[in-house]
Formats: sequence, C-alpha cells, structure tokens
Amino acid sequence: MKKILLLAAIAGLAAYQGNAQKLMTRTGKVSFFSATPVENIEAFNNEVAGVLDTKSGDLMFIVPIKSFKFEKALMQEHFNENYMESDKFPKAEYKGKADLAGVNFTKDGSYKVKASGKLTMHGVTKDVSGPGTIVVKAGSATVNAKFTVNPTDYGIKIPAVASSKISDKIEVTIDTNLKNK
Amino acid sequence: MQLKFILFPLVFSLAGLHLHAQETNKPKDETEDLMKMLESETDNKGTAYTTATFKTTRIANGHSIENLGKGVLDFRINHRFGRINQGFSEFFGLDNASTRIGFDYGITDWLMVGIGRSTYLKDADGFVKARILRQTDNDRMPLSLSYVGAMSIQATELYPPPAGSGIEYKFSQRVAYINQLLIARKFANWLSLQLMPTHIHYNFVQFRDDPNDVFAIGLGGRIKLSNRIALTGEYYMVVPPNDRLTGTRNSLTLGFDIETGGHVFQLLFSNSTGITERTVIGQTTGGWDKGDIHFGFNISRVFTVVKPKGFESSRNKIW
Repeated sequence: MKKILLLAAIAGLAAYQGNAQKLMTRTGKVSFFSATPVENIEAFNNEVAGVLDTKSGDLMFIVPIKSFKFEKALMQEHFNENYMESDKFPKAEYKGKADLAGVNFTKDGSYKVKASGKLTMHGVTKDVSGPGTIVVKAGSATVNAKFTVNPTDYGIKIPAVASSKISDKIEVTIDTNLKNK
Repeated sequence: MQLKFILFPLVFSLAGLHLHAQETNKPKDETEDLMKMLESETDNKGTAYTTATFKTTRIANGHSIENLGKGVLDFRINHRFGRINQGFSEFFGLDNASTRIGFDYGITDWLMVGIGRSTYLKDADGFVKARILRQTDNDRMPLSLSYVGAMSIQATELYPPPAGSGIEYKFSQRVAYINQLLIARKFANWLSLQLMPTHIHYNFVQFRDDPNDVFAIGLGGRIKLSNRIALTGEYYMVVPPNDRLTGTRNSLTLGFDIETGGHVFQLLFSNSTGITERTVIGQTTGGWDKGDIHFGFNISRVFTVVKPKGFESSRNKIW
C-alpha cells in the first residue's frame, strides 16, 4: 500500500513538472490601430489563445478574426466581409520562438525579450520578429509586444475609396497574460 | 524493506526515461502539440453567429434578417420614381418621385425600432424588429428567425365619406398593422435566402368584399457578385391569391446592393409605388407585364450614437 502511494506521488510529481513549463490563455488581448489623417481606427480582441513554453521559448498565438470588436458595427462587418474574409480565413496564427535566456519565471519582474517567428493571416505567411517584454508576477507571465503590418503584404485589397482611411502601417499590440494551466 | 529499496531506483529511472523520451522527439512534435492544444482551446470557444446574411436591414423594400448594432442610428432615404412606361413626357417616371425618410435605431443587438414618413398616402409608420434565433457557423442553429411588428397611419383620406353626409372619418380608419416573421439562412458566402410569412390588418377597406386581413408569403434573396456588390430580389405572394384588396397585384422587386464605406446604396426596380410593408405587400397595383415598373434607390447612412463597451478610452477618431 505504501509503495503504491509512493509510486503515485512520484508519477504525479513528474506529470506536474511536465506541465509546469507551459503557460496558457484563451482570453488573451490583441488590438490593432490604424492612423491616417482622415480617420483613426482601433479594434480589440479579447479571445486570443496563446501559449508560451518557458523551457523552449516556443510562443504561439491563435487569433479568431471574427472576435475583433470595432466601435462601428458596420466597420466590423466590412472588416470581416471585405478585408479579412473571415469565413475563408477564420484565424490568424503566430508561431514563434522567444529568447528566454534572461528570464527567471520564479522571480517577479519585467524582462526584455526578443521573439522571431511567422505570422499567418488572410492565407499569407510572413516573418514577424521584434522585441517585447515579459512581466512575471506570481508565476504568471504577461507578454507585451508591438509590431506593424502592412495589409497589402497579406494580400488584403483596399479599394481606392477606402485607401485614405486605412493605414499601410497598422500597429498590432499584444498584451496577454499567460497562466499555468 | 528490501523491496522498497529496489522500487525507489526503479521509479526514478522510469521517470527519467519518461523525461528522456520527451526530450528526444522535442523539436518538431513539441510545437505541433502546442498548436493542437491551442486549437482545441479556440475550437471549444462557444458558437460563432453567422454574420452578414444581408448587407443591410432591408432586402430592397422589405425587412431583412439583419439588425442594427446596439447604439447605432441609421438614417434612411428611400426614393421611388414614377412608372417607366409613362414615356418621355414624364421622362420615364423620373419626373415623379415618392420618398420615405426614416430613422432606425438599435436598442440592443437583438432589438431595433424605426420610424418613417412616406409621400405615398402620406403614411407615417413605426416598427419593431426582434431577433428570436440566430444561425451559427457550425450549423447547430441552421436558421435565423426574427419578428417584425409595424403600424402605419395614413394622412390621406383614401375613401372619404361624401361631403355633408355628417359621417366622420375616424382616426382608426387610417391605421393598418403588420405582423411578419423573417426566416433566413446564409447558405454560402454568396447566397442568402429568406422567407417572410406576413399578416396585414387594415382597419378600413374600400369595398365590402375586400378582406381586412391580408396574408402573404414573401421570398427574398441575395447573390453576392463581389465583396461590395450583390444582386437582390424580393417577391410577395398574397395567399390565398383571391383574398386581396381589389385591383392589387403581387410585388416583385429586383435590385443591387452597392456598399461604399459607411453607406449602402440599393438600386432597384419594382412594381410597387409605396415603401412601407402594408403598401408594398398589400396595395401594389402596378404590373411588370404592363411596364408599371418603378426605378428607385435606398440610401443608408449609419452613425454610432452610443459607444460600445470597452471603447471609452479607444483611439478611434474621425478628423
């Protein structure tokens, strides 16, 4: 009996350690901002799934396109229908690797990191890399990063009538809290 | 005692083996596993409603399944010219025009109201449209269902009592009521169809044999030609065919939706002169076969009156 208990305890410990290195969320936040002299547009998404492997540095996000919320309902519809074609391309994906050499996940603090990887949206994959920060607090990690994308790089056509209202440098902001699952 | 000592290293080595095994097939499979984990997370997340079954809240003359978002005000101008068979002296109908100017407002995402005033019969109308069911992308709910309730009051005295007869033209005689169900499905990105069973009650009709209650079945649809242009059609059939107001016909409307930024233009051809439900469905007199076709257009401009939640500190701005 004692032995079985011991075995179970060890097995449980091993399993626990196996999971401890993955921090996850399904309520991550990603927003984007397009600024032009005619109109500023900002949209928010609070339904982003993300995972960070604290050992390997693997970093991934899945962004459901239809979950982007706009201030104007009609703009949200056009975003999905005309630009992102979210029925055809329902998700954007980021698959990357963060350099976590300087990050101590057991010590609270803000750490500067670099990440590089591939962003797939609207059926087009492009390299996206850059700096960001990881804020460690009580075992959870908040990933903050900013980068710009050009819609035309991803095959998103912008008609002449709308071109003055949509920037070709759209700022994407990631502010996502990842927790032990 | 001895057994325990043997067991210890065995368990440890087993655990080590387990870790080792994980280590060796790490580079590829690990990321694949993570991706799968993430995908299962996102897939489990609720059910997504099907959006943009139609471009705007009207198919052409009548209502579509679409509602305005919460806090959105829609200013609509509907315009119908005269009949194109009026010939050159009336410039094929363009000399005459009948309009409806209206405001619609989204109280919640599932409830909208609207008011309007039409030239035809000097009609003032109001309506309520409520979503009951919404189609989902995963087809757990294959249809959308909405209810439209409307009331319209005409200022024109259609059949006034003879002068000096002492008979009063009562207010209630000006009123008509509409109950309508909208049953719609977006079959594909390019194809949406809608059924509209409709009941109209006229408080006052011209002839003794005319029914006060008219029933109709409507069929509407949209075929997307591109992301911004769609072909629309709408047909209302009075059932049973003989239970109708004297001299009226079924209404057929064909049109185009053209969307440019904040506007939706609808260009259309119809045998109906009126624009409100009760005039289109129950009081259309023109016939396509005789060339009683009206050219018309609807313009819709939306304004966000109440900012949605979460946008209080957003950087949205129009210069």
